[in-house]
Amino acid sequence: MRAIFPVLTVVAVIVALWYAACVPMNIHFAVTQAERAGQVVTPEGARERREMGAIPLALKNPSVWGDTFAQDKPRLPAPHQVAVELWETTVEKKVTSKRSLIFHGWITLSATLLGFAIGSVAGVLLAVGIVHSRAMDMSVMPWAIASQTIPILAIAPMIIVVLNSVGLQGLVPKAIISAYLSFFPVVVGMVKGLRSPGAMQIDQMRTWSASANQTFWKLRMPASVPYLFASLKIGIAASLVGAIVGELPTGAVRGLGARLLTGSYYGQTIQIWSALFATAILAAALVAIVAGLERVTLKRMGVGR
Amino acid sequence: MSLLILILALLIWAGAWRLNVVIANGRRADTRAAQLGVPAIFGLTLLILWELIVRGLGIPLVILPPPTMIADRFMGSLPILWADFVQTVVKGALSGYVIGCLAAFGTAILVDRSDFLKRGLMPVGNFVAALPIVGTAPILVMWYGFDWQSKAAVVVVMVFFPMLVNITAGLQETTTMQRDQMKTWAASYWQGFWKLRLPAAMPFVFNGLKISSTLALIGAIVAEFFGSPIVGMGFRISTSVGQLALDMVWAEIVVAALAGSAFYGLIALIEKKVTFWHPSQR
Repeated sequence: MRAIFPVLTVVAVIVALWYAACVPMNIHFAVTQAERAGQVVTPEGARERREMGAIPLALKNPSVWGDTFAQDKPRLPAPHQVAVELWETTVEKKVTSKRSLIFHGWITLSATLLGFAIGSVAGVLLAVGIVHSRAMDMSVMPWAIASQTIPILAIAPMIIVVLNSVGLQGLVPKAIISAYLSFFPVVVGMVKGLRSPGAMQIDQMRTWSASANQTFWKLRMPASVPYLFASLKIGIAASLVGAIVGELPTGAVRGLGARLLTGSYYGQTIQIWSALFATAILAAALVAIVAGLERVTLKRMGVGR
Repeated sequence: MSLLILILALLIWAGAWRLNVVIANGRRADTRAAQLGVPAIFGLTLLILWELIVRGLGIPLVILPPPTMIADRFMGSLPILWADFVQTVVKGALSGYVIGCLAAFGTAILVDRSDFLKRGLMPVGNFVAALPIVGTAPILVMWYGFDWQSKAAVVVVMVFFPMLVNITAGLQETTTMQRDQMKTWAASYWQGFWKLRLPAAMPFVFNGLKISSTLALIGAIVAEFFGSPIVGMGFRISTSVGQLALDMVWAEIVVAALAGSAFYGLIALIEKKVTFWHPSQR
């Protein structure tokens, strides 16, 4: 709780810096507009201004500072512009509207959740196999670890196009990319977790003449839960990134990734920023949900803090 | 015919798996040869099956090209691949990586010196580290243009927060006893920093460096999807996908995989030299 004041201070400083940065970032366009509207600006003439740095120009024209916070297509939108856009596209638009961020967010979220579910179930199953079979461990595990050093996201466009050519469109290709991205963190974390019981504990199970099955369900599985949740948190964030990137090559029709791409095509900076904040809020909410589940589960298991 | 090929594929799979089971459960399973051989056999089997099934069943090239064709394309377009590698990895990812890590290091020292900043900035940093930062790519491409500078900027933003969180966590690693010892020797902040706390932080720093190495490549490649000059791995991937030249896409993926593992391997190697004292390295 004692962190609230410092955190708020840091956030306030960031917002203040953001506002301050808006002035030099948008000053060139603001001065041009003011000149066209008949105001006196220094220096006159677009050519001379183009040569000038943004900060000297801003210092010479304090009268147009207000305009830098209210442009339609600013280079850097002011925080309140982004907040207004977020409010308008979430609360004031109908959910079914193509301009509603909730509509686009749901498209992305459904792909993320489906992919995350597939990826984590497959990851847990493979981890169980790896722990049980030494041959599987030795053949698959090095590849699973090596695959984490590879920028897997690069294959996203190919998966989308290939699946498109066999007739799969929309949700499933994105979910496959999401699943792929959450799969490997879950495998690696779960294997670590299932192996976490020490030799002492395994021996204890043996003295109770527990079968391999009993050891698995009563010792390895519970011991792996903290590790599982740690990798689920990484996995769900990775799934969201996968779904967003998966939306880029399809011609950007629907979803938060599509909002980012169309925004960058048409120079709609406010739209980009609001989509960016929407992804941030979505990511934070997803990670928070997994973290909440983790706390409840660990508490019921008696290992929570 | 296709049935025959499927049966053959199954037989190869079963044979290779049997071989691996024998090696893995044999007496020599702990030797280095076995530990390299088993995954190698597994990978090779996959490649052979891929080749066999794609060629045997006549799967169209726009869905999946066979590995030999990808290798052909790779060897045949080395100059293009090299130019893309230089543009994306050396100019975009590496320069951004270095700038981002240095900036995070500087910020971590500031955070370390001020308790207020630590309590204020760390929750924000932890929060931002979990966000999909690739999303800033369109904005940064708009600000810094299509060339590698914008890709480096994306990489800076992507690696900054994981590095900051890891370095700061690492700097907390020393015990009160050790820090008091430095104080009794009348060591200044910087002496204590260079001689005790920074070395103790190294395992965390390298953990961050390793995570960031993958992030840097992802950032540089994905940023090119939002606009790039006519060179670069992300550019080549997205245009080749558009032309359905999937062998070229796969060749770029091979480059990305090689670059990623080389980058990671290099950092792991340096880590081994620097943190030789840490239990995980012994």
